[in-house]
Amino acid sequence: MSEADGIMRLRQPISVTYNWSAGPNATSHLNGLLDGTLVGKRCPGCSLVYFPPRNGVCPKCARILGDDVVVGPRGTITTFCVVNVPFLGQKIKLPYVAAQILLDGADISMQHLIQECEAADVRIGMRVEPVWKDRSEWGPSLENIAHFRPTGEPDRDMGVEAGAS
Amino acid sequence: MARRDVAIVATAQRPNEVGSTLTSVELILPVINDVIAKVGIERQKIGFWCHGSCDYMSGQPFSFVAAVDAIGAWPPIVESHVEGDGALALYEAWVKIQTGECDVALVFSNGKTTSGPIDRILNLQADPYMVTPLWPGFDSLAALQARACLDAGVLSEADMAEVAARSYRDALNNPIAYAKENVTAEQLLARPYTTAPLRAHDCGVPVDGANAIILAAGDAARSLAERPAWIRGIDHRIDTQRLGARSMTESSSAAIAAAKAGVGDDRIDIAELHAPYTHQEILLRRAMNLGEGTHVNPSGGALVSNPAMAAGLARFAEAAESVFSGSADRVLAHCTSGPMLQQNLVCVMEGE
Repeated sequence: MSEADGIMRLRQPISVTYNWSAGPNATSHLNGLLDGTLVGKRCPGCSLVYFPPRNGVCPKCARILGDDVVVGPRGTITTFCVVNVPFLGQKIKLPYVAAQILLDGADISMQHLIQECEAADVRIGMRVEPVWKDRSEWGPSLENIAHFRPTGEPDRDMGVEAGAS
Repeated sequence: MARRDVAIVATAQRPNEVGSTLTSVELILPVINDVIAKVGIERQKIGFWCHGSCDYMSGQPFSFVAAVDAIGAWPPIVESHVEGDGALALYEAWVKIQTGECDVALVFSNGKTTSGPIDRILNLQADPYMVTPLWPGFDSLAALQARACLDAGVLSEADMAEVAARSYRDALNNPIAYAKENVTAEQLLARPYTTAPLRAHDCGVPVDGANAIILAAGDAARSLAERPAWIRGIDHRIDTQRLGARSMTESSSAAIAAAKAGVGDDRIDIAELHAPYTHQEILLRRAMNLGEGTHVNPSGGALVSNPAMAAGLARFAEAAESVFSGSADRVLAHCTSGPMLQQNLVCVMEGE
């Protein structure tokens, strides 16, 4: 009760609990993560390999995805962003790099962190590999991977002109 | 501008179930592919896609965007989404065709109703202001409405049980209906109240479902279906959201929508009414002046399977199918939305 204006104020916390289902197609992907394996799905129509398998369907062909395909663990940076701006809830020391990584054998890229190198050294075509957290911290999540780091292999030609990155 | 003749030319529905482990996208995709296969049309000929669903039901903002994955949106398409029942998306598609921007539209809807407490979820979705902090669920509000009707002598508990018994028996002939039982009103009246004066049979059974419909104009419709279900009138009316300012014993918005859609111009063979509660079917029949000659909800209606956000479009699918098969010539499809019949969409369709 506010004494100043006599207006009664109530706090009414409300919540809703859902039984969220990952669906059969994403389930093999999530089970793979529990096991340290990167499992994507192949579209029976266009043969593209989706990692992660989105909602279990190929958005291009409108077909339910088919076979499991183990991808990675290494991949190539297709694009990236150097984060210099602090924001609420930030957990990682600035500056850091968020990158799109095309895992070997996959046809769509996924986003993850690049660490263990200078932000200025990160480039399109750079080869990277996952660094897994301690197994005791694993769940059905891509967060099992703490970050990706450079492998030191030669860059992959991504069809980008020199200097464009 | 002259109104274009628009018809439903194909429908597809998933069998209703409880506790589906599919994602919404996995739920939708097969029905979309089904309805397209039924008319054998190329995807590129579909000029407009319109989706009805509710993000609160998946607990994920903008989850409807994922549904575009089920469409096969390549090359790019023209699409829209309605945060509501698929029947309202059908209305949008009908308007789109009226503008002349397209001749063929595909409408679809989905509801994973059993993945959360739907009574609470719909209240949070539809009413963040008017009855806070009481948060009355749809069942509670419907029970208040039923009580008002009983007290006013508008209907009796036996009338309500008759509606349920007929629906449960009719559902025996509907392969995709969820609840079905060869039961009499007397047997139902012996069962306990769940939210007095409502018993379990008075409340639509929440299920997971998805459906899709193809609309087409003029010659396009004639080329896609042997006997299209031509939309002769369609109208959407809304009562005030102030529950205390509404009459609980009648549905004025349903009456206006029915009159505007031309329900009374001729006999109605079959009326598929979206009545999630037994007493609401009685109020709707009365508001639309539906008499003995009209078979109400031969599918079993939303009482036997109520996939939220898809149950209204399911009524359109069922009504249109009865025209396709020739079992009816002039049919009515209805969709409600919000608590206590707040919104009412009424459509009259005819075969040629």
